[in-house]
Amino acid sequence: MSKAVKQKEELSFEESLKRLEEIVETLETGNAPLEESIKLYEEGMTLAKSCMTRLNEAKLKLKKIQKNAGGALEETDIEN
Amino acid sequence: MFSARVPSAGDERVLKVRDLTRLARGVLEGSFPSVIVEGEVSNFKRHMPSGHLYFTLKDEEAQVRCVMWRSDAAKVRFEVGDGMKVIVKGRVSLYEPRGDFQLYAVTLMPAGQGALQLAFEQLMKKLEEEGLFAEDRKREIPEFPSRIGVVTSLEGAAVRDIISIINRRFPVVEVVIYPVKVQGEGASEEISRAIRDFNTLSNVDVLIVGRGGGSLEDLWAFNEEVVARSIFESAIPVISAVGHQVDFTIADFVADVRAATPSAAAEIVVPDGQEVIAGIKSDVRNIGRLVEQKIYGLTLELDKLSHHYALQQPSSLVDQKSQLVDELTRRLETENQHFMDATFQKLKAVESHLNALSPSAVLRRGYAFVESNAGIVSSVGDIEAGENATIHLHDGTLESQITGKSERLAEHE
Repeated sequence: MSKAVKQKEELSFEESLKRLEEIVETLETGNAPLEESIKLYEEGMTLAKSCMTRLNEAKLKLKKIQKNAGGALEETDIEN
Repeated sequence: MFSARVPSAGDERVLKVRDLTRLARGVLEGSFPSVIVEGEVSNFKRHMPSGHLYFTLKDEEAQVRCVMWRSDAAKVRFEVGDGMKVIVKGRVSLYEPRGDFQLYAVTLMPAGQGALQLAFEQLMKKLEEEGLFAEDRKREIPEFPSRIGVVTSLEGAAVRDIISIINRRFPVVEVVIYPVKVQGEGASEEISRAIRDFNTLSNVDVLIVGRGGGSLEDLWAFNEEVVARSIFESAIPVISAVGHQVDFTIADFVADVRAATPSAAAEIVVPDGQEVIAGIKSDVRNIGRLVEQKIYGLTLELDKLSHHYALQQPSSLVDQKSQLVDELTRRLETENQHFMDATFQKLKAVESHLNALSPSAVLRRGYAFVESNAGIVSSVGDIEAGENATIHLHDGTLESQITGKSERLAEHE
């Protein structure tokens, strides 16, 4: 997988959705040349797929904050 | 030591002052171990640093000095002040150094309404005047939080409701629970501390602060000033979620958003995953449609060019293009990378054909087109001998006159 695509996967969910909106908007202007349109299309499909996979397969992460022995705040995982 | 008895009538004993006050004190304490008195407060003083309250309770005809020790005064939730009508419960005694008859208040209630009600109204008024409820200072709740802080008790339905609803709607988040006492002594301090700690850690996008339903007394921590202040000072947006639909607490007024219940808070804090998916699907459809349109537009352009200049057109090109549109449409459902690559390659081929057919490229190859007053001449029938015509070449035009014409016989198909 190319480096560019890998970077896209590291976008947050919100960033991915925002990027997807941007792609739709860019394509809507109709100004993008064919080659760029196809690249945007590809990027959009990858983002859409990754978002849907994330939503469908996500498992809620639960954490708890408590003070440790030293009195500092500590986050620990808890079972969902 | 002191063993004098209260003198009866005719008793000729001479008492010391301290004996008298002590005896009188004994009588008062024995006779009024617990009284409830209604009156108006005057000369109210909170003695610092002791924290004891001193005031006079009076009506039209009489008055009595009152003392309330700090430990009892700490339980008074509303602000006491001169002119306030109150009901005092306490015991009567006598302050021997001054011989003052006093009422030692144990509880203090506003007359005519509940103490909590009054406290609520007083704090509301104070905080409202300070601008803690102002609409223009409410922070935006993020549309897609990635970490959500929850300040509540680990026991009770509230935390379970919040977790299960977030899990159902939008599990692409982390929920960080800060367990606190939500009622009883110290609860308000714990809630306030948790809000401040979240702000120090600064690693969540939004906070839910709340608890499930209960009596006014149970929910009281959320009416305390210390909680209101920490919500106000929070840099992280706060959703309050206290009790049931009908319960309004001061925390609700200060919070950026008031959720009617903890469950409602969970629905506010994350979007509905199904709606998000529907939105993504619509984006996918739009992207597909727009790219199709792009290709279709290029196809039209290509057709126009080929007709315009009466060029030989590889018929396979048109087929290839219309096929591409179909393929792209199918591509939307298939998500197949190989297919994608192949489509892309074909599109590139179309594009290079397009370049080859662009007017300047064609003219450069030695072709020309002829224009009459009536427009482009694409057939010998479009122009008559003797008419003027302009011949377009890639680098300019030639003015000419038609001297004669001959029609070619129809070719075989």
